[in-house]
Amino acid sequence: MNKIKKWLLSISPSLIAILSGVFAGFIIMLISNPANAFSGLIVILKGGWNSGMKGVGQVLYFATPIILTGLSVGFAFKTGMFNIGASGQLVVGALASIYVGINWTFLPGHLHWIVAMLMGTLAGMVWGMLVGLLKAYRNVNEVISAIMLNYIGMYGVNYLIKSSNSMYDILRNQTANVAASAAIPKAGLDNIFYNLIGKFKDVSSVNAGIIIAVVVAIIIHILLNRTTFGYELKACGHNRYASQYAGVNENRAIILSMAIAGALSGMAGALMFLAPPSGMHIHVQEVLAPQGFNGIAVALLGLSHPIGIIFAALFIAHITVGGGYLQSLRYMREIIDIIIGLIIYFSAFSLLMRNIVLRATRKRKQYAGEEEAGV
Amino acid sequence: MCKGRNMGEYIIEMLNITKDFPGIRANDNISLQLKKGEIHALLGENGAGKSTLMSILFGLYKPDAGRILKNGKEVNINDPNDANRLGIGMVHQHFKLVHNFTVLENIILGVETTERGVLKMGAARDKVVELSERYGLKVEPDLLISDITVGMQQRVEILKMLYRDNEILIFDEPTAVLTPQEIEELMLVMRGMADEGKSILFITHKLEEIKKVADRCTVLRKGKMVATVPVATTTVEEMAEMMVGRKMRFTIDKDEVSLGKPVLSVDNLCVKGAHEKNAVNNVSFDVHEGEIVCIVGIDGNGQSELAYAIAGLMDVASGSIKFMGEDISRATVRTRNDLGLAHIPEDRYKYGLVLDFDLQQNLALKNYYAPELQNRGFINYPAVREQADMLIEKFDIRSAQGADTMARSMSGGNQQKAIIAREINADPKLLIAVQPTRGLDVGAMMYIHEQLLQQRKEGKAILLISLELDEVFQLSDRILVIYEGNIVAQLAAKDATPQLLGLYMAGSKGESA
Repeated sequence: MNKIKKWLLSISPSLIAILSGVFAGFIIMLISNPANAFSGLIVILKGGWNSGMKGVGQVLYFATPIILTGLSVGFAFKTGMFNIGASGQLVVGALASIYVGINWTFLPGHLHWIVAMLMGTLAGMVWGMLVGLLKAYRNVNEVISAIMLNYIGMYGVNYLIKSSNSMYDILRNQTANVAASAAIPKAGLDNIFYNLIGKFKDVSSVNAGIIIAVVVAIIIHILLNRTTFGYELKACGHNRYASQYAGVNENRAIILSMAIAGALSGMAGALMFLAPPSGMHIHVQEVLAPQGFNGIAVALLGLSHPIGIIFAALFIAHITVGGGYLQSLRYMREIIDIIIGLIIYFSAFSLLMRNIVLRATRKRKQYAGEEEAGV
Repeated sequence: MCKGRNMGEYIIEMLNITKDFPGIRANDNISLQLKKGEIHALLGENGAGKSTLMSILFGLYKPDAGRILKNGKEVNINDPNDANRLGIGMVHQHFKLVHNFTVLENIILGVETTERGVLKMGAARDKVVELSERYGLKVEPDLLISDITVGMQQRVEILKMLYRDNEILIFDEPTAVLTPQEIEELMLVMRGMADEGKSILFITHKLEEIKKVADRCTVLRKGKMVATVPVATTTVEEMAEMMVGRKMRFTIDKDEVSLGKPVLSVDNLCVKGAHEKNAVNNVSFDVHEGEIVCIVGIDGNGQSELAYAIAGLMDVASGSIKFMGEDISRATVRTRNDLGLAHIPEDRYKYGLVLDFDLQQNLALKNYYAPELQNRGFINYPAVREQADMLIEKFDIRSAQGADTMARSMSGGNQQKAIIAREINADPKLLIAVQPTRGLDVGAMMYIHEQLLQQRKEGKAILLISLELDEVFQLSDRILVIYEGNIVAQLAAKDATPQLLGLYMAGSKGESA
């Protein structure tokens, strides 16, 4: 009983943030078009369920990359760092996996997509590690170097695409299709998440990526909570002085934690752009990948807990898909972006909110010790 | 206590004050009556509610119940400005001075005399000089705060109160930062002010000082008032018993222990400080097995840096540190720990604990990587818990939820016990203890002293760094005095007196004088 209470208390800031965000979105709809506001709210909340099993599949599909970028941001958080560079790491990883997906056709079919995915992960890892190296050895604030590496990554990728014969689809100004063997398998998910239109199966885009993402989240959870390495990383994150005192090599912890964070974002890029049947395409345009920034929202909402991040990502994907159906009610789908923005905003106040909840539930015992020490 | 009295006898009365904090009653129906012209001591352990009570008088907290009277009339004190208007002034434990202002500027800050918006320093200077002569508070009005001693800074704080014509002066643990000679001087000043008609509230937990200077003493224990007693007819032992609620021993038995071989040898050690000057300058000494060597000095004279350098948390500029004959001047913290160096750090919140880890994880902070607690990189959490339960039992660490308690929610004394348990559990050869009893109550203090002596008995070398002379005399075999980064004296404990140490600590004796 006590455990359930404690658990509810710990997720309460996220729930409050979600409720406040959705409520604010409702008010915006009320202002712009009062007649449909209520049905609009229902559409948002129904999310993927608006269009049956295919919609649910779409939710899983959209959740895949943001689970991983959420893990990336959340993992760095646990180590006391803010990884705002998920976007750059993602796009670098995407390019590496697309390169392998198009060019390394000599690989046997069942290995091709795995190698492509791993190369994307590796590329993201290098990109994240740069941030860690700069911080550890040159004391460069990770936020600044990560933001700059976001742009270097984006422009660098654009340059590499345009200067490559094999990867550039000059007509559409984007990357070419990856080989069919490099696309991530559907793993039978297409037999679950589809809608029947007459005899035609309208299949969702969901693929094995979601399974990989969930497994990775569990691995990260174990790494953080069961290993000496995770213990060191968390000690550094909570109190770097105490970890120095305990003899933890802080530089190593910083570099490795950023490398792992980068790898997670790189894998997000790989899973996203190797989607079947022929991969997504990187458009040559000057936009940072939004999935990187959504990772921040997911991490905040999931309280940086790997399992919490899975659910937070599913929720964000859920209302994003729901937002797509809002247009039938003559609302802009950008309302969803506003709601997500507000949720981030409210999540950032999570500590404050937790205290409000604490006071409301009169869980005062926890404070007693602190006060005593302070008197 | 109750004799017939007229209305004018008490200048301040705090009657039936109650103040609750979430989960704890800090003040429970406390009454304190301050006579005009008396020095009234407020005695209690940490957490007894002294600071809360004074914060209420100074307008920092609102009481939940109770009244405050001044000269028999009820007053409302909502903030420190109200307190000032009523003539209540306070010397805080941590001085509130502007470091790049002169003494004079600090004293008049907030009550400047001006003429058409232009500062008129002349009149202010005359008043400050007059006050400092009348009360024997020697200050240099034109020196910057950053250039004067802690003792003079305190005199500036006192002058600030006098300049504002405050009648009720609160001193919050004023002797913590002073040398014995300065304490002596302060006592005289306080007596002088009381004779001039000022009323003084003196917060302390040092019984000798109360005996020396106070007229009456109010004792608090766990938020409740125990009694108000006249100091002249009460013995130190009686006051101590009232404070802790039981009879207590003042001295611990110290066995004779024969010296072993040197464990730590520091040779010509220099450590860079924040400025160009060396924080630690050419320091050399040894610590042997079965010996407690104590480094005394006024806070900020390089003892912290010395400890950090030996523990590996600060870089050595020159010189060497040898541990069991092995040079560890450049070794990592982990190497030093594994060699058998344990460290009870000065700042337990900054270095000693990860406050957002629970107790069992904190108790494993120094050995989570050892074979008994991990297997191929995976932490063996049942073993971590077992270790925690064993240490909690052995060292009597009290907390709400045992091994699962967050370090943050534990009391200061139990946090310190946890650190000591962890460090002693490592079975070190050398234990560096920096202010191990800072901020702890008498019970916890005695406990920690016993633990340190036990370690000495087991033949461990102990380097103790302390600001409390009582502690130094209780524990040490050898005393080194540090002044501005130099070791200015080296004495056997039996040859040292507080007066002698005080002279060295103030720099007025020894090689640099």
